[in-house]
Amino acid sequence: MARVLLRVPNTAEKGSVIEIRALIQHVMETGYRPNAEGVLQPRDIIWRFTCRYDGEVVFSASFSPAIAANPFIAFTTIATQSGPISFTWEGDNGFAQTETRHISVT
Amino acid sequence: MKRIILALLACASVAGAEERRSGLLDMRPEAQAMQRDDSMNPGMLWVLDGEALWGRKPTPATQSCADCHGDAAVSMRDVAARYPAFDIARGAAIDLAGRIIQCRETRQGAAPLAREGQELLALTSFVAHQSRGSPIAPPDDAGMRAARAQGREIFMTRLGQLDLSCAQCHDDHAGQRLAGSIIPQGHPTGYPIYRLEWQGVGSLQRRLRGCMVGVRAEPFAYGSAEFMAIEAYLMGRARGMVLETPAIRP
Repeated sequence: MARVLLRVPNTAEKGSVIEIRALIQHVMETGYRPNAEGVLQPRDIIWRFTCRYDGEVVFSASFSPAIAANPFIAFTTIATQSGPISFTWEGDNGFAQTETRHISVT
Repeated sequence: MKRIILALLACASVAGAEERRSGLLDMRPEAQAMQRDDSMNPGMLWVLDGEALWGRKPTPATQSCADCHGDAAVSMRDVAARYPAFDIARGAAIDLAGRIIQCRETRQGAAPLAREGQELLALTSFVAHQSRGSPIAPPDDAGMRAARAQGREIFMTRLGQLDLSCAQCHDDHAGQRLAGSIIPQGHPTGYPIYRLEWQGVGSLQRRLRGCMVGVRAEPFAYGSAEFMAIEAYLMGRARGMVLETPAIRP
């Protein structure tokens, strides 16, 4: 399991704009770099990030080898209802991780 | 007259202290914001890794760091601000990472951690993080005074094919530009740092090696007496400045 830093408000007013931040520990090896022996290191990147709010996709992004290690994503959405906000990262070598936070909307 | 000169000297030294600035302030605002907000600072990932290692036994038969030292927020508070320190057993200066390696070998009876390995960087980040916000307070014993004097000598000595000393850039031309980058004063206020160029966390010694390769000198070995001395000198030079671990640097 990769380490993750998430910032999601615990509570929000209905209809307000909330900022969400997600940082994940990942090497994002490009596949273009040789190692000390001169052999290319195989690509190992996260290629998809998806955020679902109460099951519905509110933000997603495709990553390329040009994205830096430990990718950080910040975006906004509108607080519509109380429910789970889930974050999924998918990548090479079967990398898949999902984290969930709960938001209360009043 | 003498009193006026003394007063002027006192003013000059105070002004000198005020002019010292952390490399944090030389970064663009986005990078500064990244350091100041823990939810954006990737160095915190290493701090969290270190926290997990702090509570874990290296082998089932031994003790974890926490078994002896307890809550790091209490026992490790301000510790990083006092390193490098003089190690009586070795009769030499030792840095924080070196002390962690030593503790692991002699007290935990486990295999030593590799310099610049992820585990050592994580533990050092976690321990140093407990001193964030504290002023650097180097110990003033005779052993450390000698190490600082040796470090100062290396700092002032021209090295490598480019024939440059540390001081020529970081004392004489700090604040000016080397190509597009601002030359920082070189105060080690936030180590281990998350360096954007490295895309990871690294130690002060890795940073120093980068500069040495830059002037085309053969870098000192990790954990060498020379590096301990330079670290000791730099921490003395930054006395009173506030620790920022984990810092972000470009």
